[in-house]
Amino acid sequence: MDGTGGGAYLRIRHLTKKFGDFVALRDVSLDVHEGEFVCFLGPSGCGKTTLLRAIAGLDIQTVGTIHQAGVDISSLPPSERDFGIVFQSYALFPNLTVARNVGYGLESQKMARAEIDKRVSELLGLVDLDDQRDKYPAQLSGGQQQRVALARALATSPGLLLLDEPLSALDAKVRVHLRQEIKQLQEKIGVTTIMVTHDQEEALAMADRIVVMNQGFIEQISTPNDVYAKPVSPFVAEFIGTTNFIDGVMTADGRISAAGVTIEAGGDNTAFTAGDKVTICVRPEDVLVTETADGRNGSFEVTVSDVEFLGSFHRCHVTPTRGNGTGFMADLSANHARNLRLEEGRTLNVLLPPAFVRVYASGETE
Amino acid sequence: MTDSAATTTAPASAPTIKPKVSSEDWIMRAVLVGIALYLIVSILLPLYAILSKSFKDVDGAFVGVANYAKFFSTPALFWSIQNSLTVTLICCVIVVPVAFLYAYALTRTCMPFKGFFKGVALIPILMPSLLPAIALVYLFGNQGLIKSWLFGYEIYGPIGIVMGESFYVFPHVLTILLISMANSDARLYEASTALGASRIKTFFTVTLPSVRYGLVSAFFVCFTLVITDFGVPKVVGGKYNVLATDIYKQVIGRQDFEMGAVVSMVLLLPAVLAFAADRVVQRKQVALLSARAVPFQPQRNPATDGLMFAFCGVVGFILISILGVAAFASFAKFWPYDLSLVLNHYNFDLMDGGGWDSYFNSIELAAWTAVIGTALVFTGAYLVEKSNGFLAGRAGLQLLCMVPMAVPGLVLGLAYVFFFNAPGNPLGFLYHTMPILVICTVTHFYTVAHLTAVTALKQMDAEFEAVSASLKVPFYRTFFRITVPVCLPAILDISMYLFVNAMTTVSAVVFLYSPDTSLASVAILNMDDAGDIAPAAAMGMMIVITAAAVRLLHAILTRGILARTQAWRKR
Amino acid sequence: MKPKLVSKFSLGIAATMAAVMMSAGVVQAKTDLLVYTAVEADELKKFKKAFEADYPDVNIKWVRDSTGIITSKLLAEKENPKADIVWGVAATSLLLLSEHNYFQGYAPKGVEKLDKKYYDTKNNPPLWVGQRAWIASICFNTVEGKKNSLPMPQTWNDLTKPVYKGHVIMPNPNSSGTGFLDVSSWIQMKGEKKAWAYMDALHTNIARYTHSGSKPCKLAAKGEIPIGVSFAYRGAKSKNQGAPLEVIAPAEGVGWDLEAFGIVRNTKNLEAARALADWSVTEKANKIYNEEYAVVAMPGVAKPVKNFPPGIESKMIKNDFQWAAANRIRILDEWRKRYDGKSEPKS
Repeated sequence: MDGTGGGAYLRIRHLTKKFGDFVALRDVSLDVHEGEFVCFLGPSGCGKTTLLRAIAGLDIQTVGTIHQAGVDISSLPPSERDFGIVFQSYALFPNLTVARNVGYGLESQKMARAEIDKRVSELLGLVDLDDQRDKYPAQLSGGQQQRVALARALATSPGLLLLDEPLSALDAKVRVHLRQEIKQLQEKIGVTTIMVTHDQEEALAMADRIVVMNQGFIEQISTPNDVYAKPVSPFVAEFIGTTNFIDGVMTADGRISAAGVTIEAGGDNTAFTAGDKVTICVRPEDVLVTETADGRNGSFEVTVSDVEFLGSFHRCHVTPTRGNGTGFMADLSANHARNLRLEEGRTLNVLLPPAFVRVYASGETE
Repeated sequence: MTDSAATTTAPASAPTIKPKVSSEDWIMRAVLVGIALYLIVSILLPLYAILSKSFKDVDGAFVGVANYAKFFSTPALFWSIQNSLTVTLICCVIVVPVAFLYAYALTRTCMPFKGFFKGVALIPILMPSLLPAIALVYLFGNQGLIKSWLFGYEIYGPIGIVMGESFYVFPHVLTILLISMANSDARLYEASTALGASRIKTFFTVTLPSVRYGLVSAFFVCFTLVITDFGVPKVVGGKYNVLATDIYKQVIGRQDFEMGAVVSMVLLLPAVLAFAADRVVQRKQVALLSARAVPFQPQRNPATDGLMFAFCGVVGFILISILGVAAFASFAKFWPYDLSLVLNHYNFDLMDGGGWDSYFNSIELAAWTAVIGTALVFTGAYLVEKSNGFLAGRAGLQLLCMVPMAVPGLVLGLAYVFFFNAPGNPLGFLYHTMPILVICTVTHFYTVAHLTAVTALKQMDAEFEAVSASLKVPFYRTFFRITVPVCLPAILDISMYLFVNAMTTVSAVVFLYSPDTSLASVAILNMDDAGDIAPAAAMGMMIVITAAAVRLLHAILTRGILARTQAWRKR
Repeated sequence: MKPKLVSKFSLGIAATMAAVMMSAGVVQAKTDLLVYTAVEADELKKFKKAFEADYPDVNIKWVRDSTGIITSKLLAEKENPKADIVWGVAATSLLLLSEHNYFQGYAPKGVEKLDKKYYDTKNNPPLWVGQRAWIASICFNTVEGKKNSLPMPQTWNDLTKPVYKGHVIMPNPNSSGTGFLDVSSWIQMKGEKKAWAYMDALHTNIARYTHSGSKPCKLAAKGEIPIGVSFAYRGAKSKNQGAPLEVIAPAEGVGWDLEAFGIVRNTKNLEAARALADWSVTEKANKIYNEEYAVVAMPGVAKPVKNFPPGIESKMIKNDFQWAAANRIRILDEWRKRYDGKSEPKS
């Protein structure tokens, strides 16, 4: 998929949004393809909601253009754009029943009563709420309200579905269930969807592509797999999943001296020269832990300083035995941990596989 | 598959996007400008007509600040500033906490007889200002029934002013606090309880912060109403001069409009300062309530409920006694020397002051004021809160809406004479008609009604309009289908407020009524002038009864509406 | 500014209204006469009835308010007066209004029969004509007097005696015409210096000053205070209603003012206004004035009024309205400086 392809359904170019002196979006460009499910992911204040609201026309950008289906919608008010939206608050009309909420947008389209009813039934069937049609929003559970809001947003068959943190107000179980449902629904209808979330798990599970944002910038646009496996910056690496950051210095042979040991990194690191200060990243689950060196190249001895039991796996904190005291984390499956008789103070052998070690220029971390 | 952020070269200086204004936005702006124009004509221009006199001499020649120099060199006038501030602040310090606790009891406890207490709290609004004045004198005057309770102090002076004003502003302050407390988020309370916070801690960490906005508004309203009211200090002020009575003395006693205008300007200052402070605090206000908020259902707590019941009982008793004494005054044959009860004070056609005609005129005025005023106020508040862009226009309207409160009725009434009766004013045909009375009354009570509407609107989900726009539903449809029904209780409150005030107001309309539009409230004044205190009290009681009847109707209506749509308010 | 335009406009309205009335057919073409008055409302009905019996073509429409408010209203309307005639309003107010060219001169038929001191003899035809006098008096509550063992005061000077300390109320001249009438009469009787010395002494006895001129007597009637400096009509009326009052006309002499009328300069109902003016100087009218007031403009008509202090007419001072009007603001300022300066009572 090419992010800047000409066939993009939604084409965003050089978007900047200022609120007074505060710059909420900085030169953001992005393409979204028809039928795609894209997540805007980032910490609060990163600009993801601002970007969504600019797309909806609710807070129009200061500079930059947005094209939807080939039409320049940059300056159009929301009522002249083509989208359905679900807010974190759902914004269900409290004085209308479920059915009337869903049919609200249809009623002003001069559609026949019977036709509206048919469409409403169809939508309620889609979100599995046929039996709730005459209830008021306050009589529904949070998850149900959520689905009403979704049905309402889809009622007018918009070309674009915008979801603003739609799941964050729900409790964990409902959330997991609902995110599958939304994803399935989206695939079924094929509506181009943009969802704002601060929950990386949600983004990883639902999105075709993830747009990671930070301080008004886009850090990375990739598939969930790539965002996880090949974060382009320490920020992305840290924000998504758990990562070890170890400060080090580039050596003449292209390896890195860090934590008192020498580590080999895969990938192309020709941008660095010897003596450059760098940060290496490696995810705890990629750290290979064995009882002995076993003749493995590049492995080193560590001491276990702490063990956390996290259900399906153990996270241990280890420090290179002949290192400078800097430690890092390694995740071990329960099974593996048992075999290694994992416990505090134990000496083990560790290998950081070069393919999973990524190198960033130092200071990029924050 | 990895693609970094799409980076084509950014144009050197990209043009700033100018949001397109939709036809709906134009409609909203046009209506907003229309309401702003109404307020400009009904408050700003008349005010200018009178306040510009503060820079002129009696012949209309410009004299700069000479009148102000005279004001500040006249100790009698100058002292009044300090007096006004003193009684006003004391009053606020008493009323705001009392009203707050009362509102708290009504909304956050399971105290019994809540409906009764809610009704009782509105007694002062129902009473034309003469009635509480009579009651205070009958209670604490030199012949007063419980004069000894003052421990030898005199009712005539700051004590009387504070007592009278506290009575008068209590329901106004309470209304604002009630609305800001009405829809609180139960989840905050649940969280607080779950965290093991005590009731007192919950109060300080959840209750208080969530009504900050309401508290500030309540204080603002209290301050401004008290400092501009002249009814109470006129009757029980004694030698204690305040700014509002000074205006009366200047304008009515000395016919010195120029100096009256100076005092009015001085009086505007504290009101403007209070307004500015209110704005600053509100800017920091963030929407605490969202549509996800779960309506709070108070839990039974015998100790708190009992305590609050006792508290409301005491406040309610005071309010009822004042009404009771006023009612007694309307029956007593000749107070204090012949206390036998007679009915003949209610035979108004034998009395002067317009008899029953003025009573029906008052009802007509009140009805028009309620209908037109509510429509105007709520639409205005809606546009200020919910329209898109046009920030300058919205801020301007918001500011305009605040002006009427700072203007004493007396000044407003005279200002209308100067403005509408000026030769050549194309609106001159309104003078001496019912419409001008309606305009004047709507404008006079605009601010509190506006604040009430804004408070109610602020509690609606901010995204309703966005959702409607995305569904291509025109804003006016959502306004009538969603906004109005959801805010109906507040809308009924506003219309009630306007109706009752139109029945009882005197200070502004006394300059504007004509023989064909004589009013009951003015008739009361005239009867009191003629020494017919008992008939005056009787006519006052008629107003109370009418207002109470309308209030009851309002309660039934509200209950009916709530019952019909109860489902969506219940959890 | 644009009187032509306005009058055309009003004419248009008048024409329309006339047409409406004619088409209605039932209503007779009566002239509505807009009368601004300060006469207490209970008397207005009988005046209207009596006048309209003599002039069936005219329909009086009252705008009634207390003297202060009606005067302010009239002044505020001065650029574009609405009233046809100002009737039963203090002569002092009429003088003030005539400074703003409010009235047109008119000599009602029979005005010469009135006592010269009761109408405007400086202008011919007169701008204003008096109807009846209201006279300063002291209202003394006998019940409260006994309770506090106060002797009944007979003179103005009596009121400065220490025994009355805190038991006297009078109107504030800065807000009440009656208050000014008292102050003005004391100055006219005693001369400036003595009068102020008297008021200094009186001030120490005054419990408080009221905003309205009738209030002191009303308060005395209700026993709120034993002694109220007010006017005789109010005292007599309260006494008639059953209040334990004595109305006293102090021996030194009493100040007074007139209820008077003047025809507004731009009235569109001149004929009707003149009709009311003519009627108001008749013996019939004077007899009605006399029902409540002891002193009326036409000599020889007045009969004693129940509960008025006997012989009060002889105690009326020689009141110089022009002097009072000319010195009003100066006196009021001086009074305010002396007695209205601080919130707390000086005593």
